[in-house]
Amino acid sequence: MQIPEGEYRVGTDDDYYVRTNVWSAPGCHGAACGAILHVKDGKLVDIEGDESNPITNGRLCIKCLGIPEYQYHPDRILYPMKRDPKDRGKNTWERITWDEAYDLIEENYYKVREKSGTNNAVLTLGGTGREATMFYPVISFADFRSANVAAPISGDSCYGPRCMIASYMFGTGYPEVDSGMFFNKKYDDPRFERSEYMIIWGSNPLVSNPAGYFGHQIIDMMKMGTKIIVVDPQITWLGSRAEYVLQLRPGTDAALALGMLNVIINEDLYDHDFVEKWCYGFDELSERVSEYPVERVEEITQVPAELIRKAARAYATADGTGRNCSIFMGVAMEMQVDCVSDIQAVLSLIAICGNLDVPGGNVVGPRASFTGAWRYEQIKWVSEEDKKGRIGEEREPIERNALSNVQSDAILPELELPDDERTVRMIWFNSCNALVCMPAEPQRWIEACKKMDFNVVQDLFLTPTAMALCDLFLPVATFPEHDGIVQIHYGRHTPYLGAEVKALDYGETKSDLQVTFELGKRLNPEAWAQFETIEDFMDDQIAPTGLTFDELRHEGILSFDGWNYKKYETGEMRADGQVGFDTITGMVELYSMHFEQWCGEPLPKHEPSPFSEEANPEMAAKYPIILTTGGRKWTQFHSEWHQVESMRQIDPWPVLTINPETAAEYGLSEKDWAEVYNDTGKARLKVHVSTVIKPGMVHATHGWWFPEQDGEAPNYFGAFKSNINTLLPNDSIGRMYKGAPYKSNLCNIRRVRSLDED
Amino acid sequence: MSRNALLINYQYCSGCHSCEFACRNHLGLSKEQWGIKLTEVEPFEVEPGVWNWDYVPVPTKLCDQCLERVQAGEKPSCVKHCQSFCMEYGPVADMAARAEELGDKTALFIL
Repeated sequence: MQIPEGEYRVGTDDDYYVRTNVWSAPGCHGAACGAILHVKDGKLVDIEGDESNPITNGRLCIKCLGIPEYQYHPDRILYPMKRDPKDRGKNTWERITWDEAYDLIEENYYKVREKSGTNNAVLTLGGTGREATMFYPVISFADFRSANVAAPISGDSCYGPRCMIASYMFGTGYPEVDSGMFFNKKYDDPRFERSEYMIIWGSNPLVSNPAGYFGHQIIDMMKMGTKIIVVDPQITWLGSRAEYVLQLRPGTDAALALGMLNVIINEDLYDHDFVEKWCYGFDELSERVSEYPVERVEEITQVPAELIRKAARAYATADGTGRNCSIFMGVAMEMQVDCVSDIQAVLSLIAICGNLDVPGGNVVGPRASFTGAWRYEQIKWVSEEDKKGRIGEEREPIERNALSNVQSDAILPELELPDDERTVRMIWFNSCNALVCMPAEPQRWIEACKKMDFNVVQDLFLTPTAMALCDLFLPVATFPEHDGIVQIHYGRHTPYLGAEVKALDYGETKSDLQVTFELGKRLNPEAWAQFETIEDFMDDQIAPTGLTFDELRHEGILSFDGWNYKKYETGEMRADGQVGFDTITGMVELYSMHFEQWCGEPLPKHEPSPFSEEANPEMAAKYPIILTTGGRKWTQFHSEWHQVESMRQIDPWPVLTINPETAAEYGLSEKDWAEVYNDTGKARLKVHVSTVIKPGMVHATHGWWFPEQDGEAPNYFGAFKSNINTLLPNDSIGRMYKGAPYKSNLCNIRRVRSLDED
Repeated sequence: MSRNALLINYQYCSGCHSCEFACRNHLGLSKEQWGIKLTEVEPFEVEPGVWNWDYVPVPTKLCDQCLERVQAGEKPSCVKHCQSFCMEYGPVADMAARAEELGDKTALFIL
């Protein structure tokens, strides 16, 4: 099926096809995958790929192909519902209208605001990935006028830290692997060249499709000849197709990157011209990396020294082909205490090897940022006093944090304060299933959140978080149910702008934008005065393209062809149009004076996980197994999709991957149930014995709950049975309050009979 | 009448299951049935640093070669949605020639 160019809908009133570019819900990172939705008699009956989409060319993953089953799942919530706060944990929800829901929010907002004497009485928590990430800061800043907003992940360890670090080192958005995405003709543009080597570092991008980058583009480039180097504690499928696999010990990525820098600088393999013209602090970096000779790095990382040398030489020289190389980084980099250092070190590799903003390297987007920047600018609606009074203000002066969120680890202690000392009295969970996914120590979060006067959740299903904590449920529209704009990489680095096109109505669901807008019209009408409808708003947001939303809908997807490589030579990197980078020195800051001022450390360095043999031998004696978590599955997006039968057929249970040697030591066999535990928490998972993981460590999948189980208290759909985040203590974080050891914890294991029996 | 074949260049099959879901959507199958099913040779180390790990989707008796789609000039649903673009469909002779061109880790299923 093809939709003719310039149209977005064909067919009759009761049997038609709609072309869209997908973001969410359900959760996804917004790669603007092209889809054609078939609607018959008001029902979504089929979905197909759109071959005219320049990113996916007709391809779709199973989360798009499975959307009819998700959308029409009998457990889906289609109407607003309320519940008496006294009944939290009971299934006594009562259907109400949207007007009643907004009245209830308004009434409770004014009540908690009066009690606390500040707008900061409302805390907004956003989930990851979804379009909600564009709007939850706005709900907080523009609607409630509260400075208290966060994605509640320990150490803020999502895509934010890399954006912040890139912003200070390069003065740009985070530079992504070049896939020709800035050209209309993509790979066929004569300016594009493939990477000679692509390092896939701490990521399984085919599965996770992270951060707006369509993962299978990597396969396209492998077919063109790009060679792969994988840095991962586990062998991934891509690892089986790689030239080199650097199977490092979890939490040692910074040491490995520093070791590679050591090889590249000592063997004189770096790009002298780029370093001399455009880098600040090269001598200091060279001195620092001299502390990381490869033999020492081998000891830290367990990667053989010769392999480190080979990988470093390959990346720096591209085997003398004259091509460039790229690095694809996953959130494993953020999910360790070395977060700032490992990202700094990897960005330094990109810079000194001359692989920044060049064909086949890591490239930087145009300066346009659409809603990406607008959402954080909405902090203008928050009073100076409330900005100063936000949670964890002492940790995060606003100018340090590129995201304007509060530092996540400071939230829990605030929520745990007694009623008369606490500011926060109401939580808005925007697509955030916090009891199952994101925060460390969710067993403390549930008790703390129960203390609130009023909690609201926006979601698609009754999650454990909704069941245990919330008093109002607002149903979210799926992507076929609403209009929207897909801004790849959240606006700061946007190669494509796609129209998400509504195909049908279902129940009384609303998009994140619509709720943000309607709530704002009630609570802070001044902020929304210039817009009559959400379409007015979208027109305004995409005005720099010269198109209205309706025109974009007809166009489908836009790419930005006026884009150039090496923008530091053309003046396109800086706001003032001068050549160079948009940093204080105008150069790439290998040595960061900002970081020096904030934490006393201007350069990357390796620090062991607080939960490791080196840092905590006592704990390691009691809990001798390294625990790493969060590897992705095709069938899930974090805590979503567990109720969908087709997905559970592929991944029925949470999985613990363990090496045969370690499994034998603990008396475990394939498909046994095991309990993973330490002093902080425990979780039960099904054993998968495999040599893809080294002895002495295990990997546990995350985000598990069991929609088929009892949802009422105290079970909450089994939210705490397989909850791997219960093992991670809150606030065990890295320098500048960034990075938490989700990837490098310690545990012990024991065999159990089942999910419920010992 | 010449027969057709499904070619899988499984050097690039990442095991994403898109072919299975696309096929089920096309045939309207229940959860117990498959028109094409992914199989796996689980990972093992061949020699230090070299791993073998393969996925190959196998068409079943229920595969109808997406006749209606193909007659309308479209690709079979599994081929169209394959995220690695590692599946091709056509007359056996053409697919055999293509397999020879692609080389290692290519399989043909005669339909």
